Amino acid sequence: MSVPPLELIKGPDETFILNLGPQHPATHGVLRIKLTMDGEYVTRAEPVPGYIHRMHEKMGENRTWNQFLPNTSRIDYLSAMAYTHAFVGVAERAAGIEVPPRAEYIRVITSELNRISSHLVWFGAFLLDLGGFTPLLYAFDDREKILDLLEGITGSRLTYCYYRFGGVCNDVDDAFLRGTKEFVAHMRPRMKLYRDLVTDNIILRKRLTDIGHISADMCRRYGATGPVIRGAGVAYDTRKVEPYSAYREFDFDIPVFPEADSMARYLVRMEEIVQSLRIIEQAVDRLPDGPFIAPKMPKVMKVPPGDYFYATEAARGRFAVRAVSDGKEIPYRLKLRAPSFSNLSLFEEASRGMMLPDALAMLGSLDLVIPDIDR
Amino acid sequence: MNGFIQALADEMSRLCQPAPATPPPADAPAGETPSAAAAEPPPPCQITDYGKRGFHLDVTVPPDRVVDAAHILDARGFGIDCVTGVDWIASGQMEVVYDYFHPTAPWRVVVRARIPRDRAEIQTVSHVFPGANWHERETHDFFDIRFIGHPDLSPFLLPEDSDFHPLRKDFTPLP
Amino acid sequence: MTIIEPIRILLYVVGALAFVGVNAAYLVWLERKAAGRFQRRAGPTEVGPAGLLQPVADAIKLMTKQLIVPPGSDELLFRVAPVMVMAPAMMCFATIPFADSIAARNIDVGLLMIFAFGSINVMAVMLGGWSSRNKYAIISAARVVSQNVAYEIPMLLTIITMLMVAGTMNLHEIVRQQEAGFWAWNVFRLASNPLMPVTFIIFFICMLAETNRAPFDMAEAESELVAGAYTEYSGMGFGVFFMGEYANIVIGCAIATALFLGGWGSPVGALPGVWWFLAKMYFLIFSVIWIRWTFPRTQFYGLLNLSWKILIPVSLTTLVLTSIAIKIPRMF
Repeated sequence: MSVPPLELIKGPDETFILNLGPQHPATHGVLRIKLTMDGEYVTRAEPVPGYIHRMHEKMGENRTWNQFLPNTSRIDYLSAMAYTHAFVGVAERAAGIEVPPRAEYIRVITSELNRISSHLVWFGAFLLDLGGFTPLLYAFDDREKILDLLEGITGSRLTYCYYRFGGVCNDVDDAFLRGTKEFVAHMRPRMKLYRDLVTDNIILRKRLTDIGHISADMCRRYGATGPVIRGAGVAYDTRKVEPYSAYREFDFDIPVFPEADSMARYLVRMEEIVQSLRIIEQAVDRLPDGPFIAPKMPKVMKVPPGDYFYATEAARGRFAVRAVSDGKEIPYRLKLRAPSFSNLSLFEEASRGMMLPDALAMLGSLDLVIPDIDR
Repeated sequence: MNGFIQALADEMSRLCQPAPATPPPADAPAGETPSAAAAEPPPPCQITDYGKRGFHLDVTVPPDRVVDAAHILDARGFGIDCVTGVDWIASGQMEVVYDYFHPTAPWRVVVRARIPRDRAEIQTVSHVFPGANWHERETHDFFDIRFIGHPDLSPFLLPEDSDFHPLRKDFTPLP
Repeated sequence: MTIIEPIRILLYVVGALAFVGVNAAYLVWLERKAAGRFQRRAGPTEVGPAGLLQPVADAIKLMTKQLIVPPGSDELLFRVAPVMVMAPAMMCFATIPFADSIAARNIDVGLLMIFAFGSINVMAVMLGGWSSRNKYAIISAARVVSQNVAYEIPMLLTIITMLMVAGTMNLHEIVRQQEAGFWAWNVFRLASNPLMPVTFIIFFICMLAETNRAPFDMAEAESELVAGAYTEYSGMGFGVFFMGEYANIVIGCAIATALFLGGWGSPVGALPGVWWFLAKMYFLIFSVIWIRWTFPRTQFYGLLNLSWKILIPVSLTTLVLTSIAIKIPRMF
């Protein structure tokens, strides 16, 4: 028989190599992790990304600033708004474009709606990792409302290309504002439902509490951001430390849980949904009048030479664009700093010595989107 | 600007004094590069306007001092954000860019180093910031910049048998 | 005892096979329908009215699929394992008293027989996992063994408690003792053992674990081990495992009904007994499904801790208390 005996596929010292993925139910995409296992204990985990690498950065060097806009929403397809925001933000910062306040408010509303929908997908998928199937459908039910709202103004349900340099491409209508208000009113009791049904479930608590420690220092050394670092007790949120757009004008808290375990990351995200609802409520109430896009925007975007940086808080952490311009219509270099990339890079260190189900629970609590890692 | 950034800038500018052996990075044939920043050599360590550029401190260090810079930033509680490269093909140089963030304060620091394009080698900082490991691997993939001392520079995002480096400006895709 | 007996046996074999087959098929339908309702969706609707023909379609699909034996696997064991899940489950049906007069065999040690055959299930899943030559399957096989060893003990301890109360292993006898009505059911026989409801709950939990049902579905654990011991099985090989799993659930719930819930005994007196038996059994089965779609999976060591640190001590305590409660009245 041409197949080598099982002993030969083993690693050293009674360990064996378990190839998790690229098509494994827990990796939510095409991530592959080479696990060296000692029984059910993980001794080494080596993520192997790159299966859906699309070289967005090279695409950025081949097309004009405007043409690259749709690409940004395809990096992290669940949190597309924040990604487009960073890209239009870097161009606006470089070219010194003043964005009208109404546009900034609309951006905040749509970004936060998008954040909630992303967290809802994570919530469902994470519970799926833990073997609880039902919450996924409840979360998708709520997410559906957000997608309908966003579809009404952007025309798409997932990979939005709504922001433009200097504003947004369409003004919001009354139906959207009314629907958003209804959604906020609908979502608050739902959060209580999720807490009663899922968060306070004893099996869930036992599975997540004290499992998967990721300390604040580890986050710093690996550059992990977003709910991962906030679940480690560090109140680091780009919306607060480097306030962009109109976030300065809203009253919201950054949920921080110092336990640094999977439960803390879970609670951070659940609390973030509540905070996003607060932001949306304020933004809809105070939405200023005026243009939704800066007047006299050039047809073809040109950016003065130099290099610029713009970071936004996406659902998974800080997404940043470093753009190097040579003054032409095409960016000289676009670096897309993806949060999932850094968040996954600590998995090898954090998962050492964990049991397989716990390691997978921790992987789920990192909330990875694989296209975001591979770009 | 705040005293913290000023103190950091002072400490970093000491690093920027070129070592006698290595040519200063601003030595590049200026004017040919498309970037205006390179056209008139900027001071190697400058405090920048966050609102205009998106970071607070821009440091250009000689290539052999990037590890020292990483140590300084590590001691001050900075974290690694990303490492990437820029191919300045006109001046025959590769720029390696390190972005640092501070988890408890709103500071962003950029450290750059310029290395010759045909011998693109630089020390790794992955032993200081383990998070740099993947970023450096990715940069090696895309730019063929070798990070000396890096534990594993095998292709990361590119296919495992790839021998091309797509973000080099002279890269031509296969027919 | 002439020509009648072979016909009777034949009828019961066909009956048991049909019962198992129909139950396995329509419990899948029930599970999908119920899961759909729990999850605010419709469940299967397309094939037949209310999706009632869905199991037929599934069966046809599974039967037309190729059964792939992975290279390097132990082919004999790989093929035998599904049979070894299914056959003992069938055997157990021989002694289950659906009603006073409906049972294949009224065996004096019926309970013993059921648990003897019930334990083979574990070995079959283990062999299936082991022979697949797949790392996920082997991890799952190891899990199944330790899980079943851990849960067999409290389960049998509760059974011994039951036996001391009932004084017989004959399932008919046990049911007949409970015929007096609602308060005569073993689960409420607080006079002979005040901890009887606890015993029932322990039995139910152990039954969930023994049949590898969520939240104890360590053997399948689809988000960790892909499909666990069944990873390499395709077509009807998987289908038989699946049927065996449901057959085991039916057995477990039937035993629970007979032992604790008064079997065919009716609390109100209406309807013939068999309907009461089925109603109680399907209520328990529905609870099993309900639990599966409500809870996330436990951790593996949490599962073992639950058994060794809670269930075994508690069931031992009930055993001791029951023996005292039985012995003391006889001393005077």
